[in-house]
Amino acid sequence: MEQYEPDSLSKAQLAAMRRSMRNGRSALTRRGLLRAGGGGALTLGGLGALSGCGIPPAAQSQGGASAEDFSDKEKRVNFSNWTEYMDVAEDDKNRRPTLEAFTKRTGIKVEYAEDVNDNNEFFGKIKPQLAAGQDTGRDLICVTDWLAARLVRFGWAQKLDVANLPHAYANLAPQFRDVEWDPGRAYTYPWAGIAVVVAYNTKATGGREVTSVSQLLDDPKLKGKVGILSEMRDTMGMTMLDMGKDPEKFTTDDFDAAAARLQKAVDKRQIRRFTGNDYTSDLTKGDLAACLAWAGDVVQLQADNPDVKFHIPDSGYITGTDVLLVPNKARHKENAERLIDHYYQPEIAAELAAWINYVCPVAGVKEELAKISEEAANDPLIVPDKEMSEKSNNFRALTPKEETAYEAKFAKLTGA
Amino acid sequence: MTTLTEAPPAAPEPETPAPRRQRRKLTPYWLLLPGILWLLVFFALPMVYQASTSVQTGSLEAGYKVTWHFATYWNALAEYWPQFLTSILYAGLATIFCLLLGYPLAYLIAFRAGRWRNLVLILVIAPFFTSFLIRTLAWKTILADGGPVVGILNSLHVLDVTSWLGMTEGDRILATPLAVVCGLTYNFLPFMVLPLYTSLERIDPRLHEAAGDLYAKPATTFRRVTFPLSMPGVVSGTLLTFIPASGDYVNAQLLGSTSEKMVGNVIQSQFLTVLDYPTAAALSFILMAAILLMVTFYIRKSGTEDLV
Repeated sequence: MEQYEPDSLSKAQLAAMRRSMRNGRSALTRRGLLRAGGGGALTLGGLGALSGCGIPPAAQSQGGASAEDFSDKEKRVNFSNWTEYMDVAEDDKNRRPTLEAFTKRTGIKVEYAEDVNDNNEFFGKIKPQLAAGQDTGRDLICVTDWLAARLVRFGWAQKLDVANLPHAYANLAPQFRDVEWDPGRAYTYPWAGIAVVVAYNTKATGGREVTSVSQLLDDPKLKGKVGILSEMRDTMGMTMLDMGKDPEKFTTDDFDAAAARLQKAVDKRQIRRFTGNDYTSDLTKGDLAACLAWAGDVVQLQADNPDVKFHIPDSGYITGTDVLLVPNKARHKENAERLIDHYYQPEIAAELAAWINYVCPVAGVKEELAKISEEAANDPLIVPDKEMSEKSNNFRALTPKEETAYEAKFAKLTGA
Repeated sequence: MTTLTEAPPAAPEPETPAPRRQRRKLTPYWLLLPGILWLLVFFALPMVYQASTSVQTGSLEAGYKVTWHFATYWNALAEYWPQFLTSILYAGLATIFCLLLGYPLAYLIAFRAGRWRNLVLILVIAPFFTSFLIRTLAWKTILADGGPVVGILNSLHVLDVTSWLGMTEGDRILATPLAVVCGLTYNFLPFMVLPLYTSLERIDPRLHEAAGDLYAKPATTFRRVTFPLSMPGVVSGTLLTFIPASGDYVNAQLLGSTSEKMVGNVIQSQFLTVLDYPTAAALSFILMAAILLMVTFYIRKSGTEDLV
C-alpha cells in the first residue's frame, strides 16, 4: 500500500511515523476506527439492512386476533380512556363510583388509565404491538369512530361475544345501532356521542354572539382570536355544513372547496390556532374569543365560567361517537365485555352521563337521569330531542386512500 | 488497581507478562462496551431503520417496501422548505438571545457571585425540576392577551416596534413568532449558561490582573483575554442550544399559530396524522444533514478544537 510520506521529514521521523501506523495501540486511531466502523457498516451492512426492512401490510395480523382469555383466572380488566370521561366522587377525585359499582358486583378490578389524549397519537402508541400481533396491555379502549373503523378494517379489533352483552344488546339507542363500518355493532359499542358546536367567550367578544362557522371565519371583530379543531372530520364537516354541503355524501371537490375556504381564513390570520382539547383553557382565559368546540366540554366549562356560551349552528352540527372496543390479543376479553355491558344499564349510564355531559347512547336513560337531575334529563345535549336529532350529521366513512389524501390536505391548512 | 496502571520498567514480572498485557489491551474496550451497546441499540439501529423508511413506498394498508424512492427527499424539501427556514431562523434567534442573556449571567456567576455562586447555579437549573411542557404552558399564561405583560408592552409601544419587525401581530404576543422565540430562549437558556460558566470559571483571575497591569482597559481585557478564553464555552453553548431548538416542536405548537410551524411540527403531523412515514423519515434526515453541515462549518470557522 502506498503511503504518503512528506520529503521534509527526517529519516527518523519517517520511521516513527511508519511505526506508529503499524504498531500496537496507535495503529488503531480514533479516526481509523470511525472510518472503518462507519464506512464499512453503512456501505455493506447498511445497504443490506436497509433493503431488508420494510413494514408489512397492516391488515395481516399474525397468529389470529384472539389470545387465550385469562378472564376467569385473573379478575382484572385494563381500560384506557380519555381524560375527564368518567364520573368521579364529589368528595374524592380518585374514586370513580360507576367503576366501583362494577368491581363490587363482579369482583373484577378495573385498572383505569386516562392515557388517550389524541386519536392519532394513541394510534401511534398501540400500532407497533398490534401490527406485530402482540398484546397492547389493554383490554378495552375508547377511541373515536373513524379510528375504530380503521382498527376494525385492519382486523385489529376482536369480535364481541353477544352472550356477555345482554344489556348492551337490548339497550343500545336506535340511532347508534347501525354504522357502515361495523354493521350490527359486532366489534364496537358507543361510549358517548359528541356534538361539535360553536363556543364563545362573551367577555372576549365584547358581548357579541357567535352563531355560525361563517362568522368564525369572516367576522373581523374576531380576527386572530378564533380556534378551529385539529380533528379533520369535525372541522371539515362543520365547514361543509356551513357551505350547504352534506358531510354524509360529499365529493372531493366539496372537500377542496371547504379547505380553500379555511385556507383563506388562515391566510388573513383570522384563525389563531388549530386546537385539540386544549382550547378549553384558551377559551376560558379569553385568548380565544370563539372556537369550534365539543359540547360536553363547554357544558363543563360553563359551570366554572358563565361567560362561556355555545351555539348550535342553524346549518347543523357534526356528531362523532367515541366507541369501546377490545384490541387483539387482549388478555381479559370477557371481563372487558362485562364492563361494556355494565355501562349499558340505564341507572349506571345515567350516572355517567350526568357527569360527562355527552350524548348517552343508552335507550331509557332519560327516566333514570330524571331521578338524578331533572335539568340533565331535559338537556338536549345529553338526551337529544327531535330538533337536535334533525340537525345532527355524520361525517361519511372514508376509503383508506381518501383518508390519507384528506389528512394531508388538512395538515397543510394547519401549517405542518 | 496496579494491573491497570503502567508497570514500572525496573521491576519486570517475567512469569505473567503475556496475559496481563492482553488484559490491559482489552480493558478500554470493556469500558467502552456499555456505551457502544447503548449507541448501537438506541442510535445506530433506529438510524438504519429510519434510513430504510425514508426510501420506502407503500401505504399502511398494503405495507411499505424498500423501493429506493429517493424522490421522497426532493418532494419533502420542495414542499416544506418554508418550515425548514422558519426552524433555522427561530432556533438561530433563540440562540443569539440565549447568548446575550446567558453570557453576562455566566460571567456574574463565575467571577462576581462569591458565596452565592452555588445558589445562583441551582436557580439556573431549578426550572428543570418541572416538565418541559409545563414550563412552556406557563408562558401561555404569562403572555396571555389580557395579561399584564402584553398590557405594559402595549402601553410602552414596544409591540408597535416588534409588529413592524414582523415578530408580533396587532396587540398580542401569543400565536406570533416572538412568542415562539421567547419560549425557545427560555427553555434552552440553561444549556447555554452551564457550558459558558464552566469555561469562564476556569479562567485564572490573575490573568485579569495581569491585563490590568499591562494597562488594558476592562473592555480590552474582556475582548482580548476573557472572551477568547471562553470560546469553547460559547461554541458548545450555542451548539447545545441551536441543535435541540431547531428540532423542537412543542414551543411552536403551543405558543405559535399556523404560520409559525417549524419542521418538527411537520414531522410530527406527517408521522402521526397523515401516516406518511417515508416523508417523515426523509424530513428527519434532511434536518439532521442540514444541522450537521451548519455545525461543521461553524466549528471550522470558530477556530476552536475543544468543546468545553
